[in-house]
Amino acid sequence: MSALTDLSVAELSAAMASRKASALEVADAHIARMEQHRGLNAFIAETPDRAREMARASDARRARGEAGLLEGVPLGIKDLFCTEGVATTAGSHVLEGFVPTYESTVTANLWKAGAVLMGKTNLDEFAMGSSNMTSHFGGVENPWKRRGENRKLVPGGSSGGSAAVVAARIVPGSTGTDTGGSIRQPAAFCGIVGLKPTYGRCSRWGVVAFASSLDQPGPFARSVEDTALLLQAMSGHDPKDSTSAPLAVPDFVAAARNPAIKGLKIGIPCEYRVDGTSPEIVALWEKGVAMMRDAGAEPVEVSLPHTRYALPAYYIVAPAECSSNLARYDGVRYGLRVPGKDLTEMYSNTRGAGFGKEVRRRILIGTYVLSAGYYDAYYRKAQQVRALIARDFTQAFERCDVLLTPTAPTAAFAAGDKMDDPVTMYLNDMFTIPASMAGLPGISVPAGLDKDGLPLGLQLIGRAFDETTLLGAAAALERAAGFTARAEGY
Amino acid sequence: MSLDKDAVRRIARLARLNVPEDELASVAGELTGILAWIEQLNEVDTGNVAPLSSVSDVTLPLRTDKVTDGGIAERVLANAPGGAVWLEPQDRHAGGFFAVPKVVE
Repeated sequence: MSALTDLSVAELSAAMASRKASALEVADAHIARMEQHRGLNAFIAETPDRAREMARASDARRARGEAGLLEGVPLGIKDLFCTEGVATTAGSHVLEGFVPTYESTVTANLWKAGAVLMGKTNLDEFAMGSSNMTSHFGGVENPWKRRGENRKLVPGGSSGGSAAVVAARIVPGSTGTDTGGSIRQPAAFCGIVGLKPTYGRCSRWGVVAFASSLDQPGPFARSVEDTALLLQAMSGHDPKDSTSAPLAVPDFVAAARNPAIKGLKIGIPCEYRVDGTSPEIVALWEKGVAMMRDAGAEPVEVSLPHTRYALPAYYIVAPAECSSNLARYDGVRYGLRVPGKDLTEMYSNTRGAGFGKEVRRRILIGTYVLSAGYYDAYYRKAQQVRALIARDFTQAFERCDVLLTPTAPTAAFAAGDKMDDPVTMYLNDMFTIPASMAGLPGISVPAGLDKDGLPLGLQLIGRAFDETTLLGAAAALERAAGFTARAEGY
Repeated sequence: MSLDKDAVRRIARLARLNVPEDELASVAGELTGILAWIEQLNEVDTGNVAPLSSVSDVTLPLRTDKVTDGGIAERVLANAPGGAVWLEPQDRHAGGFFAVPKVVE
C-alpha cells in the first residue's frame, strides 16, 4: 500500500473499511505530514489532540459497525467556520482569541459523517482576497513553484490554506467558502478540484459572514469523486439558515462515478475570451472543448453579454454587504477591544486596529455606496446589473447543460505581486464572479500545466441545484485531462 | 467620482472605523480608483430592470413564534472582551451583561 497521505478520500475509506489502517493511524500519518510542512503557513491552528481524540472515537464507531460516509477521514477546515472550543479567527486580528461556543452546521455535518478535524486553515482576512496575502497571520505558500525557480507563489484565495494543504497531501480534503471565486481560483492555482455549490445548497450558519447573498461553503479534494463525497456530507437543508434550500440532497457520489456526458451540451461563452488572459490558458480552454467533444458532448457557442460588468457590480454588492455584516465587530461582545475616551471612540479604535487594509477598504467602499445620496447610483444600479447577469445565464442554459470556461486568467503568481493596485488583484476573479452573482454552482478541475510547470484549471458552471450534471461533466473532463502532476517535493 | 480626504474622513466616521490622518490621502486615492473603475456600470441600460437582491427563489420561511433555545447566557458571554456582569453570580443561568466603558456621566 502507498503512504496513507497519498491516498484519496475514497481510498482511505476503503483502507479503513478493510482494516488495513485504523483512523488513528491515518490521523497520525497526516499529523506527521502537517508538522513536516509547517513552512507553508497553511494552518492558523493545528489540532492534533482533537484529531487523535476524534480518530479514536471513529475507530470505536467502526468497531460497532456504525461507520459514516467520511468515517476517519482527516480534513482541514477553513478558519471561517466556527468550531466549538477551537479558536476561529477569520484570518483577522479583530477576532483573535475568539473561541466559538457552537459548531457551524457544515462542520457539524462533516463530524456526523465521521470526519476528523486536523486544523483550521489560513485564509485572506474575512475571505476578502485572491492571494491569501491579506491574512493577519501571513500569507500561505503554494506547494507549486515555477520550474527551476525558487520564488514563493501564492496559493490563491481566499481559501488559500485549504487548497495548499490538499495539494501538499497534508489532508485528502478540506472545506472552503466561495463568495466570488474563493474556492475555484485557489483550486486552479494549486492543481486540485474545488467546488462552489449552488447558493443555498450548504448552510451558512456558523460561517463568519462576508457577503451574505453570495457566500457559499464548498469542498476541496484531489479528485472529482472525493469532492462529491465531501459535498454529500456537507449539504442539506438547515432551518438555522433562512436561505438554505429546503431540497433533498441528490446522490452526488454516484454522479461523479458515472461521467455520462454523451449528448450533453457544453456551452462556450464567447465573452470569456478577454484580453489579459494568458494564451496558454486560452489554448487549454480550446483543448478542454475538444476533450469534451471527443468524450461525446456537444459544444455550443453561447453568449453572456453582461459578463464584463459582473466584476464591477460585485465590487459594489460584496463591499455593501460586508460593511453591514462587519458592523458587529465593535469590541463589545467578542474579539479585540481597544479603549477610547467614549463608546464611539472605542468602536472606532477597535475597528481601526482590528481590520487590515483590504477589509478596511471594502468596509469604506460599502459604507459609501450605501450612504444617503449614493445608494441608487451605486447599490441599486449594481443590483439591476446583477439581475441582467443572472438573466444571461438563464438564457444560455436554454441552449446548453453546463458551461466550460477557464477558472482564472493566469497561473499562480508570486507573493507580493498585484499588491500595488487593488483593481489589478480584483481582476483575478473575472471568470468566477459571474456565476457567483447568479448563485450558480461551479467547479474547477486541474486540466494541464503551463510552460513553467504550474497547474491550470478549467471551470464548469451548472444550472442552479444541478450539481449532479456538473459533477458528471467534471468527472469526464478529469478523465480526459488525466492530470497526475504533483508539486515537486510534495 | 473623486473622493478627497474630507470625504474619507466622513465615510470612516459613518463606519466607526478609525483611519489615521496620515493614511487618509492614500485611502482616498485607492477608493477613487475603485469607484472610477466601477463607473463603467453606467454603460448598462438598466431602465426597466428590477434589482436582484437575492438569487434564492425561496420565500423566507416562517416558524411558530415560540422559544426554541435559551438558558445559555454563559456561552453567549464567554468571549466578552471586557468580561461579564452576572445578575446572580451564584446562578449564571439567570443571565448577565457585557461590561462596557461607562457611557453616562
